[in-house]
Amino acid sequence: MKIIQVKNLVKTFGTIEAVRDISFEIEEGTIFALLGPNGAGKSTTIKMITTLLKPTSGDVIINGFDIKKQSDDVRRSIGIVFQDSSLDEELTAHENMDFHGILYKVPKKIRRERTEQLLKMMELWDRKDSLVKTFSGGMKRRLEIARGFLHHPKVIFLDEPTIGLDPQTRNYIWDYVKKLNTEENITVVFTTHYMDEAEKMSDIVAIIDHGKIIKYETPQTLMDEAHAKSLEEAFLYFTGRDIREESATSDIDRMRNIRKSHGRK
Amino acid sequence: MSTIYILWLRQLKRSFRSKSRIIGSLGQPLLFLLAFGYGFGPVFQKAGEGNYIQFLTPGIIAMSVLFSAVFSGIEIIWDKQFGFLKETLAAPVSRVNIMIGRTLGGATISIFQGLIVLAISFMVGFRLESAVAAWNVFLFISLIAILFTALGTAIASILQDFQGFQMIMNFMVMPLFFLSGAIFSFQGLPSALEFIARINPLSYGVDGLRGSLTGVYQFGFIPDLTVLSLLTFILILIGGYLFSKIEA
Ligand SMILES: Nc1ncnc2c1ncn2[C@@H]1O[C@H](COP(=O)(O)OP(=O)(O)OP(=O)(O)O)[C@@H](O)[C@H]1O
Ligand SMILES: [Mg+2]
Repeated sequence: MKIIQVKNLVKTFGTIEAVRDISFEIEEGTIFALLGPNGAGKSTTIKMITTLLKPTSGDVIINGFDIKKQSDDVRRSIGIVFQDSSLDEELTAHENMDFHGILYKVPKKIRRERTEQLLKMMELWDRKDSLVKTFSGGMKRRLEIARGFLHHPKVIFLDEPTIGLDPQTRNYIWDYVKKLNTEENITVVFTTHYMDEAEKMSDIVAIIDHGKIIKYETPQTLMDEAHAKSLEEAFLYFTGRDIREESATSDIDRMRNIRKSHGRK
Repeated sequence: MSTIYILWLRQLKRSFRSKSRIIGSLGQPLLFLLAFGYGFGPVFQKAGEGNYIQFLTPGIIAMSVLFSAVFSGIEIIWDKQFGFLKETLAAPVSRVNIMIGRTLGGATISIFQGLIVLAISFMVGFRLESAVAAWNVFLFISLIAILFTALGTAIASILQDFQGFQMIMNFMVMPLFFLSGAIFSFQGLPSALEFIARINPLSYGVDGLRGSLTGVYQFGFIPDLTVLSLLTFILILIGGYLFSKIEA
């Protein structure tokens, strides 16, 4: 079953074309990596798919539900860990977990058990009653991940989940993701700039650049095509070596975008 | 239900944790009571209008509830800026319930504040005229609190940052307060101003409070109750709609 179907998705912010007509499908149970340089349009794509941002045009079907007409059913089918913080810093770690569990209607018993298990895994159990504003950056990130795993949806979206985390924690997180995927057949969509994570974890990789999907393959195929020994090499091969502007607002970028879009028509 | 409850609880926890804000926000009503009460009291009395503290107290309670309610509503801008709003919006919960939960949370804090101001007013010489009034006082404090928290929330849902906040204070909240009969009766005002006072929802709140505290209504209990409840209902629906339009 195709759990995600994206058709001709477009998002423009004023003159910035953040996502330019992308289409792809994901089979249920896949671990899918969305890779691309800064400003490529990864987060924007995820926000549209998860109903937080209205597409300029295009369609998305998740778990059989249309994001425009059945947004509540879509929301019931998914979980998201955002790229930037979405914690309530005036609440404690435990209260943040509770809030999430209640909003997502996780039964009380499961909520208690998982909260304890996840906070222990993220080494936050000792600090569960501290206000989040007293946490370090990494601790906040770990709490955010723990909260994201509290309910088990059909599809989970992880936007740069491991950013700023130590290798130990990153391993725990990926082990947990793998477990969710194999034991409960949860589909995983993630973005990352650590290519080794994508190489190790993903079944399928999409490379997005300047708002367009330029590759959609297994990691192995990508490496073979690029004659590369690692996914990182392959990534650089396909996306080039120039550093991206944080946004596509600079003139050079815009000209390049215009040239590209004309070239394709 | 559980959505409304948890959103309500969150607002309470956040507010009661910042005690300095609660105490700080009592300064203004106290100052108004003392300055206006003792300042204008003699003039009021000479004009044959009776005891000014009796007249002023319902107005000052309404004021403190109004300010606190609009401010609680506006707090949602913090949630936008700190990113927490995304967590609520991504969840599978109806937007109207989000609106109701937040509104009730903010309103509860404002009700609490209104009651404290009432308690303070006893210390500066205010006297209740009948015992039955107590329930009606609570009713009108609650209605003012819910109505204006809903208004603040609805407005804040379309603002991106605090830049518009000053404008809302100066062009909405202050006029609402001054032209509501809170500190002076609007009978005898120029007719344009009196017209504004009559379409000002806070006028009905002040009247309801003053009526239940002192027994003298201008519009009447039923009109006050109807106007306030109807507007609250409409604002919650509008707020729910505006919530469904927020993008993160
Ligand atoms: N709210 C917004 N308003 C205007 N432009 C935006 C907005 N959000 C994103 N953009 C622009 O859209 C483009 C894509 O941004 P997006 O956040 O999707 O990139 P990304 O691939 O997630 O990058 P990163 O790896 O840095 O997270 C960028 O040019 C960005 O400036
Ligand atoms: Mg991003």
